[in-house]
Amino acid sequence: MAMTNTQALILIAVITIATQLTRALPFILFPESKKTPGYILYLGKVLPYAAMGLLVVYCLKNVSLLKSPFGIPEAIAVLCVVVLHLWKNNTLLSIGGGTAVYMLLVQLVFK
Amino acid sequence: MRKNLSALKAAFPYTIPVMAGYLFLGMVFGVMLSSKGYHFGWAVLMSFFIYAGSMQFVAVNLLSSAFNPLSAFLMTLVVNARHLFYGISMLKKYNGTGLKKPYLIMGLTDETYSILCSTEAPKDVDRVSFLFFVTLLNQIYWVTASMAGGLLGSFFTFDTSGIDFVMTALFVVIFINQWKSQKEHLPAVTGVVVSVLCLIIFGPDNFIIPSMVFIALALTIFRRTIERRA
Repeated sequence: MAMTNTQALILIAVITIATQLTRALPFILFPESKKTPGYILYLGKVLPYAAMGLLVVYCLKNVSLLKSPFGIPEAIAVLCVVVLHLWKNNTLLSIGGGTAVYMLLVQLVFK
Repeated sequence: MRKNLSALKAAFPYTIPVMAGYLFLGMVFGVMLSSKGYHFGWAVLMSFFIYAGSMQFVAVNLLSSAFNPLSAFLMTLVVNARHLFYGISMLKKYNGTGLKKPYLIMGLTDETYSILCSTEAPKDVDRVSFLFFVTLLNQIYWVTASMAGGLLGSFFTFDTSGIDFVMTALFVVIFINQWKSQKEHLPAVTGVVVSVLCLIIFGPDNFIIPSMVFIALALTIFRRTIERRA
């Protein structure tokens, strides 16, 4: 441990407060008792679709197209997930298959 | 009791993909933290209270460098700012959830959000209990896995590199499901295009906040178009 127990506890408390603040803020600003503005409701309707796009990009953010292996393992594995899912429509199969392919690629092929 | 049991049964299948992801990532987190000299109790404590996967990995680094609470606070706000998005889009759904509401908010992780924003409780199941059990089950997976990882610690020997692709695959699958469920693809396309542009411009460590700002901006501009087509 790089710090004392007290320091570690303080740090964890600080991270907890900041994390839960980001989760609670929308609910504090727009409570049930007040009418939520139409604009916010509109954002609530369309954001999930945009946020999922952002999350996919976030997962792949450290992939470099300029350095070896040029994002090839990620491209192949994502393609596997897409093809498997459109073909069989089985969530666990798509995720498990894609991950297995990716692990094989990074461990055996693109070392 | 009956109501809870049927909600638990309905919730469980939806959480299976997340269980797979959380068991792996939670274990990896536990192993990482124990490798920095922290007893497994610390991993449990963090998974119970912080309960935010990517931030907990960042926290392992913070806990093994110089003590700096202010920078930890700011770092957490940046890494977790995307939760603001989730909250706004769950405002309506979490209305009328009563006493369970604080817990539903506290447990709104990326993965829980990804299930709940794309799923409605089955017709014969209590809606609030369904939301609650999806949230609770996911946290149980996460806390259990962190503890197991912390306990196993250095005994881990098999090569797990690439395992974190589980999360990418999960988000891709949800993205496809959402795509198929909608005729209007502009929000999804906006999310991807704006994020990629911001990633190129701002780089992998700084692109989340600008992405969120520009996504909100773009969707505001598109509001008329989207609402006219709906």
